[in-house]
Amino acid sequence: MSAAPGEAYVISSPAPLIEALAAAGWRVIGPRESDGTISYEELWDPDDLPRGRSDDQEAGHYRLTDGRPDSWFDYVVGPQSWKKWLFPARRKLWSAEKTADGFQIDDRAEEYPKTAFFGVRPCEIAAIERQDAVFDNGDFTDTDYTRRRAATLIVAVQCARSAATCFCASMNTGPHADEGFDLALTELDPEGNHRFLLQIGSADGAALADTLPLRDATEDDKAAARLAASSAAAQQTRRLPADIAPRLKGKENHPGWQDVAEKCLHCANCTLACPTCFCSDVEDTNDLTGDNTERWRVWDSCFSVDFSYIHGGAVRQDPAARYRQWLTHKLSTWHDQFGSSGCVGCGRCIAWCPVGIDITEEAISIARDDG
Amino acid sequence: MTRPKLAVWKFASCDGCQLTLLDCEDELLALAEVVEISQFLEATSEIKDGPYDISLVEGSITTEHDHDRIRNVREQSHTLIAIGACATAGGIQALRNFADVDAFTNTVYANPDYIETLDKSTAIADHVKVDMELRGCPVSKSQLIELITATLAARKPHIPTVSQCVECKRAGTACVMVSKGIPCMGPVTQAGCGNLCPKIGRGCYGCFGPVEHANTDALTAEFAKLGLSDRQTSDKYRYFNAGADAFATAGESP
Ligand code: SF4
Ligand code: SF4
Ligand code: SF4
Ligand code: SF4
Repeated sequence: MSAAPGEAYVISSPAPLIEALAAAGWRVIGPRESDGTISYEELWDPDDLPRGRSDDQEAGHYRLTDGRPDSWFDYVVGPQSWKKWLFPARRKLWSAEKTADGFQIDDRAEEYPKTAFFGVRPCEIAAIERQDAVFDNGDFTDTDYTRRRAATLIVAVQCARSAATCFCASMNTGPHADEGFDLALTELDPEGNHRFLLQIGSADGAALADTLPLRDATEDDKAAARLAASSAAAQQTRRLPADIAPRLKGKENHPGWQDVAEKCLHCANCTLACPTCFCSDVEDTNDLTGDNTERWRVWDSCFSVDFSYIHGGAVRQDPAARYRQWLTHKLSTWHDQFGSSGCVGCGRCIAWCPVGIDITEEAISIARDDG
Repeated sequence: MTRPKLAVWKFASCDGCQLTLLDCEDELLALAEVVEISQFLEATSEIKDGPYDISLVEGSITTEHDHDRIRNVREQSHTLIAIGACATAGGIQALRNFADVDAFTNTVYANPDYIETLDKSTAIADHVKVDMELRGCPVSKSQLIELITATLAARKPHIPTVSQCVECKRAGTACVMVSKGIPCMGPVTQAGCGNLCPKIGRGCYGCFGPVEHANTDALTAEFAKLGLSDRQTSDKYRYFNAGADAFATAGESP
């Protein structure tokens, strides 16, 4: 059988797919249980996947729980996102060494072998695409990002369950992705006729699928996958209105910003957990001799006071101004800048806010009245 | 070429910050090549006279004698850098600031009459002009080297002013408050330790003192939700940086 993009097949387990990726020379990164959460690390074996695990998420709350014992994908998104692989938290940009007649720069890039992201959720595909538009948009290209991105294969997992913090359905980013992947899996009926719908998204994906024991997907299989997606969407209680971006305009002096700033720790967790936030700082260092120097890029956040430091001081001294920057950038000015929302509805900023501040609640409340 | 002269001074402290300097084994030789270590009693009994280009000051001011001595150090120093929680916030001994010192001395010493001490343990900056401060209990080795390196290179040192939470996220540490319900001082604490406690599943103790604009009210409210009593919450603010303004206020039991 020869698979082609747009087609769908059925496989009985995701394990042979992970083995096929490794056999084809891909480094496989996927979900692993680590320290009470799911993080995205290198997978050496299909058994590394957190099989039978699920999660309980609410504002400011995350616990791993037992899922259906045989399920492979009952959990949803955890604290980390794929951005740590494409846009690392710390990256050396270059180093330089003093020489007899000047200096020598070393800007060799860190190794990034061809890499398969295994288990990318629909909102995460959308988040990667939002970052694509930030780091490679015609005006500006971050060549390190594009190099990593070009060497990355995406194996998606369609969501059959939502956490209480998820609101992708209202952002049109999930719980089902139609494109943006090389391969996509939907887990069907883990307690009965357990199987996986395999959608082919690209020629690379098709070539991998050809090495697997496939059977054709029936109408029943496809209907079961549609039902999984619609029941995941139906579980979502949080949402953002489609016109939130224009409704947040002109609300700069709304008293709600002060109210939320009183609860907010300005700790920056929301921005750093967010899979689309892209801000960074650049640090230069040198050694004691002064002969060697390095330039590093590190994740930064608009919640840091120094983030808005220009000559003479920080522009956003007021914590309310910093919360306003985050929320309006994500939901409103991102549209002006990049033509889409900066939010994909993954819910990370809600779950991983230590005091459980909910971006959907704050945005709706500030957008609702004229304040 | 003459090397800048470095002096290390001790006030009321445990010596841990000075030991951090001694602990910089890999860099110590390089350091000795670029600066002349002119006074560092933990390392050598040899003392060279001032003035000094760089003075590292450890410890807090707890006696009249300290108060006079720090002025003298200031006069002899071109750049004065206060290192550690004692020198920057009064240290753990600043717990006396919230208590009755006489009651303490009467309990601890057989002959309390011999004890001459001030009512409060205070930071170096409360007494003399300080050019730079390095937080931490103890200070971080890499920050100490960075500070000296930057001072020698006449550039601004990279001392983070962000919260401990930023260190967690950069290190990929899952938040212990969210994933385990453990009360953590990280959101109000300045980064700098290298994410020591959250990385091993413990809440941050606040060793590096309050972050700029620390919202302690919001954190206090969250600690109550996590089940801490007022007293337990107050104790969280009353560790090594009890005397730092934001923590001193937050530590006053409601
Ligand atoms: S909204 Fe929450 S996570 Fe974000 S800065 Fe405020 S307290 Fe931290
Ligand atoms: S703003 Fe919040 S919900 Fe939206 S993408 Fe970022 S972390 Fe996810
Ligand atoms: S919300 Fe803040 S940290 Fe995130 S991209 Fe915008 S300015 Fe940067
Ligand atoms: S563990 Fe503590 S320091 Fe780390 S993110 Fe959570 S609250 Fe912040």
